[in-house]
Amino acid sequence: MPPGATRRDLFRLCLGGTLVRPGWTAGAKSRVVIARDPMVRPSGGALDSARLAGLLDRAVQAVYECDSPLEAWKKIARPNEVVGLKVNCLAGRGGASTNPVLVDAVCERLRQAGIPDKNIVVWDRLHADLEHAGFRVASRKDRIRFLGNDDSGYESELAIFGSVGSLISKTVTQVCDAVISLPVLKDHGIVGVTMALKNFFGSIHNPNKYHTNAGDPYVADVNMLPPIREKVRLHICDAIAPQYEGGPSYMPQWAWPFNSLIASRDPVALDYTGWRIIEEQRAAKGLPTLQAAKREPVYIARAADAQHRLGTNDPALIEKVEA
Amino acid sequence: MDRRRFLISAALPCLAPRAAMPAPSDAQFIVEARFYEKQPYRKIKCKLCPRECSIDDQERGYCGVRENRGGKYYSLVYARLCSANRDPIEKKPLFHFAPGSMAFSVATAGCNVNCKMCQNWEISQSRPEQIRATYTPPRTLASLAGQSQSSSIAYTYNEPTVFIEYVLDAAEAGRAAGLKNVVISGGYIQREPLLELCKRVDAIKIDLKAYSEKFYKEVVNGELKPVLDTIATIRKQGVWNEIVYLVIPTLNDSDEQFKGLARWIKTELGPDVPLHFTRFHPEYLLKNLPDTPVPTLERAKAIADAEGLNYVYIGNVPGHPAESTYCPKCRRVVVERMGFSISAFHLDRGKCQFCQTPIPGVWEGALHA
Repeated sequence: MPPGATRRDLFRLCLGGTLVRPGWTAGAKSRVVIARDPMVRPSGGALDSARLAGLLDRAVQAVYECDSPLEAWKKIARPNEVVGLKVNCLAGRGGASTNPVLVDAVCERLRQAGIPDKNIVVWDRLHADLEHAGFRVASRKDRIRFLGNDDSGYESELAIFGSVGSLISKTVTQVCDAVISLPVLKDHGIVGVTMALKNFFGSIHNPNKYHTNAGDPYVADVNMLPPIREKVRLHICDAIAPQYEGGPSYMPQWAWPFNSLIASRDPVALDYTGWRIIEEQRAAKGLPTLQAAKREPVYIARAADAQHRLGTNDPALIEKVEA
Repeated sequence: MDRRRFLISAALPCLAPRAAMPAPSDAQFIVEARFYEKQPYRKIKCKLCPRECSIDDQERGYCGVRENRGGKYYSLVYARLCSANRDPIEKKPLFHFAPGSMAFSVATAGCNVNCKMCQNWEISQSRPEQIRATYTPPRTLASLAGQSQSSSIAYTYNEPTVFIEYVLDAAEAGRAAGLKNVVISGGYIQREPLLELCKRVDAIKIDLKAYSEKFYKEVVNGELKPVLDTIATIRKQGVWNEIVYLVIPTLNDSDEQFKGLARWIKTELGPDVPLHFTRFHPEYLLKNLPDTPVPTLERAKAIADAEGLNYVYIGNVPGHPAESTYCPKCRRVVVERMGFSISAFHLDRGKCQFCQTPIPGVWEGALHA
């Protein structure tokens, strides 16, 4: 058991071994789809929304191994469920935040899958973060909700696992039935990389407490908090213009055109795959490895260990699919 | 008139007084932070506490109340009070500092550690925008403290280090108004801001969480050594200092720790620094542990007494004889306490009334029975 674990943690851990968690099954191979389109952002300018929608379809269809994109989208949520889209907006407009065009495309596909607008919620830490990242929160004519945690508030009871004790956003606990995580592929100056697992720091009231020791074991522990662990169904990582250095702030000099979406139901496999992509780019640019830079994202391995089992970081168990 | 217009017109008189008040604005709480270094690419390094957070643009430090905005570092909690109470000074606890007086006690959000036993985690582990707060600039605070018949302002409940810009200004305003200033701190602070603090305040109580680096790492998320350095610096600066040690069953209650702590105090600070062993109640992330047994506290006191410390107290056990101050020479009670109240006071100008032995402390302003 990790230090500070309680009797309740032990009990949950024992139960966890028998429960099938949404998105990933222990021992099974994890599929990570990398869908690319060099023309999705022609000349590095604005995103081509039609091509991005096509890219999204290819990614999701490949994750669920369905005959059509619509069939895949229907597997994510039922029409009566409220679906939360957890974006990452901290870096503001320009780059290194989840692109609003991608969010629009996801909303459109959810609609087609039968989810009404009123059952779609786009959320991040602060209302202002959403606006700064370019989401036209106030001017939308549809009924999709845009919520900062400051709009919805936090639960008053602590959620505890291992080394973390946090109040969780009511958007996760009370508003959403299912969550699609839409992180960004980028370097992080303290915890190494930030993608699927780290994205849920935006769901708790005290993320500033959990960056020490390169986020280990905190990032993994936060993802074990029951409402997060149980509701997240899919991760679609915005890797159109990822950043290999200088993150999490937007530093255009270290972004490169990867023109891809990376999708998986396994956040650990996705993060491991994304981490390798960032390391390759760092090597190509003559930068040291994240380990040498003293910020290796060891939390990814932690998330895969016997106490967490949030997914796999074993390359032999990761089925990487190009779509 | 439709129903909506009718409802609006009916509601307006109720809303009017609120509308006339200035809307709370985050901007009024934000000042440029002190104690930081600018770094390339809009990054900054915080130099307030030993953690030395390296912070990217738009990010906050570990404390959650200091933010990098475009390469400039800001405190988000200047004059942002989320708690204000009139407390007995004994509640801090400060036992050798104006006993029987009242301290106007204030707090903001935020803390630079994350103690698993924190009693005030709702404010200390929150970000400012998550807590209801009132804008209380320094002169207003001094005025409120005076109106409340308090003789001091106490910066307490959460860690004052994280709102040091406000503490420094408010302490000056307090002094100008004839008030003393006391700080209740974990002592995890760098030397430069500490020296600034020492120039402006009259007493600092340090919560020494354990005499063990392991405990600090695992339970506090901090370090012991810088805290010991802080205590020694306070002593050298001549600011009145008392030490509290919260005794937590199984985690910091060994004889070795008590003995090591007492020896360190005697060697580095001398035998006259008051040391309070206080009782733990299950809180926050340590709800699985029991209250500290009173015999454990008595064992701690016995060890510290045997090491030669003159003023060792037991706290959070109302009515315990070790709440009172005893003259180290004649062993008579010179300040008798019951909980936070003073029931007898036998000091005359800081000396034992029975044997004339000087008792160290700040006795001016004592309001005794």
